[in-house]
Amino acid sequence: MSAASPGAGPLPGYNFAYLDEQTRRMIRRALLKAVAIPGHQVPFAAREMPLPYGWGTGGLQITAALLGRDDVLKVIDQGADDATNATSIRRFFARTAGVATTERTDAASIIQTRHRIPETPLRPDQVLVYQVPDPEPLRGVETREAEARRMHAAADYGLARVALYEQIAHYGRVRQAYNHPVIVNRRYLASPSPIPRFDNPKLDHSPALQLFGAGRERRVYAIPPHTPVHSLDFDDVPFTVDADDTACSLCGATDTYLDEIVLDDHGTRRYLCSDTDFCRRNRDGGPDHE
Amino acid sequence: MSDAPLLEAEAVTCRFGRVTACRDIDVAVHAGEILGIVGESGAGKSTLLRCLAGVVRPASGTVTYTDAGGREHPLHALEDSALRRLARTDWGFVHQHPHDGLRPHLSAGANVAEPLLRCGETRYGRIRTAARHWLEQVELDPVRMDDRVRTFSGGMQQRVQLARNLVTEPRLLFLDEPTGGLDVSVQARLLDLIRQLVARLQVAVVLVTHDLAAVRLLAHRLVVMQQGGIVEQGLTDQVLDDPQHAYSQLLVASELRC
Repeated sequence: MSAASPGAGPLPGYNFAYLDEQTRRMIRRALLKAVAIPGHQVPFAAREMPLPYGWGTGGLQITAALLGRDDVLKVIDQGADDATNATSIRRFFARTAGVATTERTDAASIIQTRHRIPETPLRPDQVLVYQVPDPEPLRGVETREAEARRMHAAADYGLARVALYEQIAHYGRVRQAYNHPVIVNRRYLASPSPIPRFDNPKLDHSPALQLFGAGRERRVYAIPPHTPVHSLDFDDVPFTVDADDTACSLCGATDTYLDEIVLDDHGTRRYLCSDTDFCRRNRDGGPDHE
Repeated sequence: MSDAPLLEAEAVTCRFGRVTACRDIDVAVHAGEILGIVGESGAGKSTLLRCLAGVVRPASGTVTYTDAGGREHPLHALEDSALRRLARTDWGFVHQHPHDGLRPHLSAGANVAEPLLRCGETRYGRIRTAARHWLEQVELDPVRMDDRVRTFSGGMQQRVQLARNLVTEPRLLFLDEPTGGLDVSVQARLLDLIRQLVARLQVAVVLVTHDLAAVRLLAHRLVVMQQGGIVEQGLTDQVLDDPQHAYSQLLVASELRC
């Protein structure tokens, strides 16, 4: 794996992967419970991290709890490996755990992500860790936290569809471009963290373990491998991903999620793959080539 | 009317700290019947209604609901999820203030749609049709069904609330001063609407009000409350035309006559 850089050894004075061992155990126990009840939000004693809330403290703690010395870590922010958030988190673990890092999706064992699922299909030996800004899918329709928990307990999710009803009534279609709520394992309503609708189908029956962490709200939840995940919809207005044949201006891919870049004030635009690793390897002769 | 009451309260006492809001109340509602509860402000009418609807847990006594299959449900011994299921399939609750019973930031259509969605309807077309139908039933122009409820007048909001509670075709409807805060002409139209719909749908109603004209128009039977206890109950005309208890006499005598 030429893309993976060798670890330089952890920073002296810190425990491996920053958090102390008791905290890592506590988080792993919460994660085990979350895996046992797919989609259910499990509280955990989130620690303060050397990162502001909203920058991925939840995902950071899950990654810290999971990392072993042999893991290879990839961190993406909106699909990009070189964004500020991704760079700083990757460097954080390179320094505190000394683990190898990579930009290649297929070379990573743990992928921490903010708002995207990589285009390259994941494998059963990989773990995808999401940074979740708002773990409560009912927040938009029910502001009372206690009532939202009762609704989860009773699987009383009619209200969640009211938001979709409103969008169809007003605009003729579901306009929710990201954070489209899902039913996990036919039971719990969950927020997919704000991934685009485009990525929702990848949640379903994913071979990789998917873990979600919200640091400020102190919750984790999980989608175990091969779990059915259904995007919320109506029987006669099924969930669809917007079809778009715009091509990436760098690699020419038409089946990826694209970022739109406005170039001037005359409406000139460029479209680029949001997944920088996929785009680069596509240009180098296809994602399977090195 | 069948023999077994739809809803029966036995020896219900409800306390808030040192205050006893309801004392030893026995009351029954039969299928298709409209029961009025009147009394002065602070008499415990609304608390009794909330006990009957399972919202407030009484200190002692039982409230039993008999469902369409003849099965009895002791409300305050039910699990939360079972009570919620009954509340969304079998009952409606119209609050005095529309903003307690509506979601003002959502459209009128969505407010009517929500109970259907909660009952498990997953077809958009069906929901849309039902919402339009019920808004027409309460004499609202379907043109406004996609407008936010907070842009509606008080009387219109109260009619949306009525539609929202009737869309699931409940067997039992709780009305907590449905005409409070509305002007007299709007009150009259709303009462007339309630009377027509209730008669057509054969839904049982528990109506709490201090408006004697409303109960005279709507209620079959009447319960008069004072200081947390029932002082008199009987057929509406009988109680209003020939009140026996001193407080009932006072209440009837104080009714404005035009």
